[in-house]
Amino acid sequence: MPITALLKILLVVAAFSALLLVPRFFRSGVSAIYRKEINAFFASFIGYVVIGVFLVIMGLVMWVFPDYSVLDSNYASLDTLFSMAPMIFMFLIPAVTMRTFAEEKQSGTIELLVTRPVSDWQIVAGKYLACLALVVFALLPTVLYYITVYILGQPQGNLDSGGILGSYIGLLFLAGSFSAIGVFASSLTNNQIVAFVLATFLSFVVYLSFDFLSALPIFYGKTDDIVQSFGIQYHYNSISRGVIDTRDVVFFMSVIVLFLAATVLSLGRRRW
Amino acid sequence: MKIRDKSGKSWLTLRLRVAGTKSGLQRIQPMSVKVQHLVKTYDTQRAVDDVSFEAHAGEVLGFLGPNGAGKTTTMKIITGYLPQTAGTVQVCGFDVASQSIESRACVGYLPEHNPLYRDMYVLEYLQFAAGLHGVKNAAKRADEMVDRTGLQSHRHKQIGELSKGYRQRVGLAQAMLHDPQVLILDEPTSGLDPNQIVEIRQLIRDLGKEKTVILSTHILGEVEAVCDRAVIINKGKLVADSPIEELKQQFSGQNLVTVEFAQNVQEKLLLGIQHIHSVKKLGERRWQLASDVRFDVRSDVFAFAVANQLTLLELHKEVFSVEDVFQQLTR
Repeated sequence: MPITALLKILLVVAAFSALLLVPRFFRSGVSAIYRKEINAFFASFIGYVVIGVFLVIMGLVMWVFPDYSVLDSNYASLDTLFSMAPMIFMFLIPAVTMRTFAEEKQSGTIELLVTRPVSDWQIVAGKYLACLALVVFALLPTVLYYITVYILGQPQGNLDSGGILGSYIGLLFLAGSFSAIGVFASSLTNNQIVAFVLATFLSFVVYLSFDFLSALPIFYGKTDDIVQSFGIQYHYNSISRGVIDTRDVVFFMSVIVLFLAATVLSLGRRRW
Repeated sequence: MKIRDKSGKSWLTLRLRVAGTKSGLQRIQPMSVKVQHLVKTYDTQRAVDDVSFEAHAGEVLGFLGPNGAGKTTTMKIITGYLPQTAGTVQVCGFDVASQSIESRACVGYLPEHNPLYRDMYVLEYLQFAAGLHGVKNAAKRADEMVDRTGLQSHRHKQIGELSKGYRQRVGLAQAMLHDPQVLILDEPTSGLDPNQIVEIRQLIRDLGKEKTVILSTHILGEVEAVCDRAVIINKGKLVADSPIEELKQQFSGQNLVTVEFAQNVQEKLLLGIQHIHSVKKLGERRWQLASDVRFDVRSDVFAFAVANQLTLLELHKEVFSVEDVFQQLTR
């Protein structure tokens, strides 16, 4: 496996050089934008609504609806959480990200923002990180589910903690990818509804469509595995097993960087 | 080096350092804004066509032109929002295309229509803007700006709740926040009531004492009230660039004096006055006397009246307005 070894080394080097650049990059611009966006989420109630809706749906599915409920399934696992969360994220994350650039374009404030001494990358990073942080806030209370299932296990603590940790990491990567897609969609338009629909569609395409495609006769049984590996679900399932595979990490990071770079390009469109 | 002030710093080096920065600034940045052969084309239309001008520290430059003349486009290029098609723009010695971040750092900008985040609070917004500029002590600086622009009683209000005049002040506070060398104000008084206009103009004049202020407007009275110099563009082309006083004289071509006597006077006698080359009858005993632009003939007219025992009822020099110049240039 010399290629994966090489990739791992590259990844470590990239991570370290990124860390070196971090203080300079975040010093003023990014943190100012990040704080402003977080404040905006909670001032406009979007933040509370998103977190509330996510937790209500998750709570109902996990503990109340008999078809999926942990209590009725008789297994000590959080599989329901990790299979439902991506579906909910597919709609909730675009709702979070849709205003990031569309609103600024609509109101004209984008002109002030991009004429401040911050680079386009800093603007995109600030907004992206704020959206991601909101999703993480929504996800944090689900740790209670883990504790509950841990206690309910027979014998107590009889559940696959490694797998759950892997699934959480996978879910974070998935949320990171959806957020990047959403921010990109928002940068394409000045209409928030268009941004929302576009982001949902793109998230669907990247998350599930490759699985559907792989079932087509031309791929099925021949290259369906390769087709599937272009989609998020393939890598999400892979990480969920509790093994952090470099290929999956590289895939998610590529999706995130690709869409953020596209966002920066789209922001610079006025210069074309 | 033994002399020390209260802060313990050497007084002598302090003096030297201050002097050093001042002369240094003047040496490196003789012109705060330097626009050379600027061209901007949208598709096939030339919005800005070979425009060159300079703006210096300590002056308010009026940027005049009819709607759609290319004022806003030029300002957007200076602030780094739009790229130029050709030509160069330097702000504080930094090229806006190749040293974008540096040039943006020394510009304060109030865009046309003053876009603001309506759901942010005044103080919150100013602190955010200060953060974007990396201003140290953002909170203190935001407070200072609130005081300076008269927003004290509105600091904890949402921007969306403010009246237009107060929103304009928020826009100005935001532009001045990082103490920029250059201020670009795109129609700063549009939509304000007369009292607010007077206040904002006073603020701009104060700013213009030490900063470079470029102000676009199509209100001509504003240029006369606030600006030291005017740049007029029409259909993307520069048509005038000179101090307001010169501009007015240059385009009048001659001095006109209106005079009214209590008695009837013969035209021939009036033409006999020194320097006067033409006379026009305005009313029964009212005349308009034209002379070369170099001469002020009012004292001669007075001497003439005394010599001929005429009673002067009125004597004044016609003042050309910027309106006249503007109309002549942009027709």
